[in-house]
Amino acid sequence: MTKKTKTLNLNFGPQHPAAHGVLRLILELDGEVVEKADPHIGLLHRGTEKLIENKTYMQAVPYFDRLDYVAPMNQEHAFALAIEKILRIDVPIRAQFIRVMFCEIGRILSHILNVTTQALDVGALTPSLWGFEERETLMTFYERASGSRLHANYFRAGGVHQDLPTGLEEDIGRFCESFPKIIDDLETLLTDNRIFKQRNVDIGIVTKDDALDYSFSGVMIRGSGVPWDLRKSQPYECYEQLEFKIPVGKNGDCYDRYLCRIDEMRESVFIIKQCLAKMTKGPVKSSDGKISPPPKKDIKQSMEALIHHFKLFTEGYRVDKDEIYTAVEAPKGEFGVYLISDGSSKPYKCKIRAPGFSHLAAMDYLIKGHMLADVPAVLGSLDIVFGEVDR
Amino acid sequence: MINLTDLEKKINSELTTKIKKSEIRHAQLYLNIDSEDLIDVTLFIKSNENTKFRQLIDVTVVDYPEMTKRFKVVYLFLSHEFNQRIVLSYSINENEVIPTLTTIYPAANWMEREVFDMYGVKFKDHPDLRRILTDYGFEGHPLRKDFPLTGHTEVRYSEEQKKVIKEPVKLEQNYRNFDYESPWEGTKYIKKQTDQENDKKN
Repeated sequence: MTKKTKTLNLNFGPQHPAAHGVLRLILELDGEVVEKADPHIGLLHRGTEKLIENKTYMQAVPYFDRLDYVAPMNQEHAFALAIEKILRIDVPIRAQFIRVMFCEIGRILSHILNVTTQALDVGALTPSLWGFEERETLMTFYERASGSRLHANYFRAGGVHQDLPTGLEEDIGRFCESFPKIIDDLETLLTDNRIFKQRNVDIGIVTKDDALDYSFSGVMIRGSGVPWDLRKSQPYECYEQLEFKIPVGKNGDCYDRYLCRIDEMRESVFIIKQCLAKMTKGPVKSSDGKISPPPKKDIKQSMEALIHHFKLFTEGYRVDKDEIYTAVEAPKGEFGVYLISDGSSKPYKCKIRAPGFSHLAAMDYLIKGHMLADVPAVLGSLDIVFGEVDR
Repeated sequence: MINLTDLEKKINSELTTKIKKSEIRHAQLYLNIDSEDLIDVTLFIKSNENTKFRQLIDVTVVDYPEMTKRFKVVYLFLSHEFNQRIVLSYSINENEVIPTLTTIYPAANWMEREVFDMYGVKFKDHPDLRRILTDYGFEGHPLRKDFPLTGHTEVRYSEEQKKVIKEPVKLEQNYRNFDYESPWEGTKYIKKQTDQENDKKN
């Protein structure tokens, strides 16, 4: 006699601490085994792309901070690069180093958050307490450079908004000395931890082929053994002048992805150190008055500067008719901007390619056949931030 | 790594009639095709030894309301092996149903759902063509150029009905879309009298 079993539908989220934001996940369970997962997203949809179409290029920058709000400047970077490529503006070398440095700070910010909250999801509380202290330090660096902890609005086309304040470089240098010790401490808590390993090893395995088919990028593809990093393969900004390694996983499971993130943090510290060493004094934004606003001092004395300032903050600068796709290696993977300009001062179309979107799209494939308790572990290792998934 | 001009030649010679236009800009290859040839072209660039565009990065649509073929559908491909990118595009009419890529690239599933949600472009044989980003029961396609920035409805909690209700958007003040283009160097139009009146009201 065969017994008929009924599957149970379970609503995971949108108000669940392990859902990392506002994810509503509809799970079909057979006992404790997940048969199907159907993520419902869009609960944080703010119509960013529509808003960008109605704003000038300069006004559109802050929207990028609000995408992946864990590493704001990395997003701005993609947008700034897209405009610079269309307008063929050269970015001064100091600005390039500042940008790369803050992108790497962003990477550390994002990876700390991810590694520690993933640990939290599987039952370890301490890492997040230690990690968040470091994030706070890093966000002070953001604040000192841009005036704001999260919504930086710092990377502009042609450079950065303003130069670093005195003393910031030394403080970042000091952080680079002390931070590797914190990574070591985190590793003593997690890397060989029996419970952490039991929850993560061999969970959510992604094969190389599937990682390609599902458009994975960033740690999600490197964890599966594909040495692909846009900073190396399609170098932008001054990454060519910097030395760093690409950590690659072997098994493509949650644990390998965790190891990749830990190693990437070490590499980021290494990159920041190099940036600090190579940074020279100099301009931090393009000297083209039609693109970057004049210094305050000039506005008081020069008529031309005053006109430029007025035009830049009312009409904004115009971008020639063109279409371009630019991508950067954001902490979560390939973050791209597909920009269509029509010669006016507002983008005609700005499609944002968020890495988390395609990662979450593969949720059903990742979780099928796993236990319910593995859902938070897999979700945690996907590194989902709803700001960018929902846009 | 093959260079981009070789790649362009290769694709053009293999798919002679199917490529309407090809162009290299910003170190990317821009291809223009017909909507019927989509499956053939993608199958070729995915499986051919010399192209291997294994990843579909994104699918999107651009809306040109004034054109007869209103939507331009854009696909972004990436080849890890040759480290190249292709931007593939074709134009369609407003009600045209286009083929889905879900069987070739599983990642296309959500991307096409997003396109459907935002622009109302329908995909033939898509396994799960539901709205994805907008609210349950949402009407309209927000990224179309004729969809107003403020939307059509707003939600609020009604104390009388004890539930969240939808109402038409009511604005205390019109949306302030100022015209900043300077008349002596920029605009290619003559400013209308009515526009000026509206500006004053704002």
